[in-house]
Amino acid sequence: MLEQCEGSHAVAQAVALSRPEVICAYPISPQTHIVEGLGELVKSGALQNCEFINVESEFAALSVAIGSSAAGARSYTATASQGLLFMAEAVYNASGLGLPIVMTVANRAIGAPINIWNDHTDSMSMRDAGWLQLFAETNQEALDLHIQAFRIAEELSLPVMVCMDGFILTHAYERVDMPNQAQVDQFLPPYEPRQVLDPNDPVTIGAMVGPEAFTEVRYLAHAKQMQALDLIPQVATEFKAIFGRDSGGLIKTYQTEDADTIVIALGSVLGTIKDTVDDLRAQGHKVGVLGITSYRPFPISAIRDATVRAERIVVIEKCFAVGVGGIVSRDVRSAVRNRPQPVYTVVAGLGGRPITKDSVNTLLLQAMSDKLDLLNFMDLDWSVVNRVLDREKASRRSGPVAEGVLRDLGTVHTRLS
Amino acid sequence: MFQVRIHGRGGQGVVTGAEMLSIAAFLGGRHAQAFPSFGSERTGAPVVAFCRMDDKEIRLRELIMQPDAIIIQDPTLLHQVDVFGGLKKDGYILINTSRSFSEMGLEEFVKDFRPERLLLVPASELAVKHVGRPLPNVPLLGAFAALCGLISLDAVLKAIEQKFSGAVAKGNQAAAKEAFESVMLQQQQVKETQDA
Repeated sequence: MLEQCEGSHAVAQAVALSRPEVICAYPISPQTHIVEGLGELVKSGALQNCEFINVESEFAALSVAIGSSAAGARSYTATASQGLLFMAEAVYNASGLGLPIVMTVANRAIGAPINIWNDHTDSMSMRDAGWLQLFAETNQEALDLHIQAFRIAEELSLPVMVCMDGFILTHAYERVDMPNQAQVDQFLPPYEPRQVLDPNDPVTIGAMVGPEAFTEVRYLAHAKQMQALDLIPQVATEFKAIFGRDSGGLIKTYQTEDADTIVIALGSVLGTIKDTVDDLRAQGHKVGVLGITSYRPFPISAIRDATVRAERIVVIEKCFAVGVGGIVSRDVRSAVRNRPQPVYTVVAGLGGRPITKDSVNTLLLQAMSDKLDLLNFMDLDWSVVNRVLDREKASRRSGPVAEGVLRDLGTVHTRLS
Repeated sequence: MFQVRIHGRGGQGVVTGAEMLSIAAFLGGRHAQAFPSFGSERTGAPVVAFCRMDDKEIRLRELIMQPDAIIIQDPTLLHQVDVFGGLKKDGYILINTSRSFSEMGLEEFVKDFRPERLLLVPASELAVKHVGRPLPNVPLLGAFAALCGLISLDAVLKAIEQKFSGAVAKGNQAAAKEAFESVMLQQQQVKETQDA
């Protein structure tokens, strides 16, 4: 049924329709309305056979999910930003133990400087932690991906992170087609664990593994992620058969067939990029868009095949590896290795900096005439940057950087005198 | 695509106003997208919320920089925030106030706009009368429905039911209705004067 609702509400409903048995969450910032909504559904009795556990920290949230998942319960949690970092040790443990937990990450920046706005730094910091990472473009896709995530996670016995842009999606009201319980039940069978802590049939989960077997256990985790490259599209096909929608899969392409220039991105910014591409197409420019839905596993072959005709690739990413450059673009470069096409990195939207159609348009026009550097920063204010660099050259005690920038901009008074 | 920007202060229901506007547009069969300006939420601080409406799927996620309509919930923002920034010359202006444009020092500014697209409504007073609290968002939506006709009063009343319940919903519905009807009456009178 179509409804107009907040992204967080849509996801809370999707999680509830997936019949979770344990939801644990640390209920204060950085958190979203998702777990708030689920808490209400459990309390009101609308969501049956589910225990909502308020925990004392994000570390505890995921640790409880690890315990409940190992005990055979379908388990869910959600976090963002510093919360994900605080649970980092448990993030690695959940995947290392092969527990099919589903977790929403409402993507936000990581401090310092403290910043509550959207970018992808949080989930990117956990990209190599062994979880699958699926990125949603719209609230509809966020809703759909959660239902698919339980299927994929339980089939592989691996945890899945569903990443959706914090605020831009979580706080946006838009139209979603909410499935009904019968459809979700048809798609998602009850959880049948590959491993379970059962007193009647005791096993050890989490044994110590020495050098004699650690490499093999790690390789098996990689082998499972490679299996996911086949499973994710298969699940998307089955999803379409029941729900009638294209959602999920490894990648999505838009106007790429004859494109000389292909823009690659993740998440909600794809919409703005598609609108820009429509304008550029109307002016005769052959531009296309490739959205990465599955960032882990990284779909090397799918990206390689979809970009075979392109003369150049522009990766717009909301994250940045300080000291190196792009994160997504490095993976894209590995996918198109041995090809002459340049892969331009464009870092954009950090800490909530708006990504406008105008800026994307200017950028793509530059890209099409190969006037970009390999590493670019969209809408970076060089005057602000240079002022700080000059100050640091001029004076040893140049002071804290972030506060100096704010003072130069004149937006915040950090000093009374 | 029709784009609306709502300005107000934290605690005045700015974000809820944009959300209800999107629900009303959705009920009218349109695609709609509402979202707040993200930031630290503090009572009394300037807040902006946005709503896009279209007959096809809305993919654009940038902030609304060239709105077709501006709704100002708090006139004390007029000389503090660039509330009219980027407004199109044939755009709509709706302000919650019991004063006139000249009393607010806007007489010169609004000269360039189409007079039938300018509207002043004492929305806080209507809210106090019907809801008991000066929350101007809902009566402004009623007035907005009458001003530009993109959403119906009926859709606004239904949107209110999705957000509120009981006496608060009923009070807000009465406030929206009175705002809508007073604007319709006002516009009828202007039309009759022009015709005469």
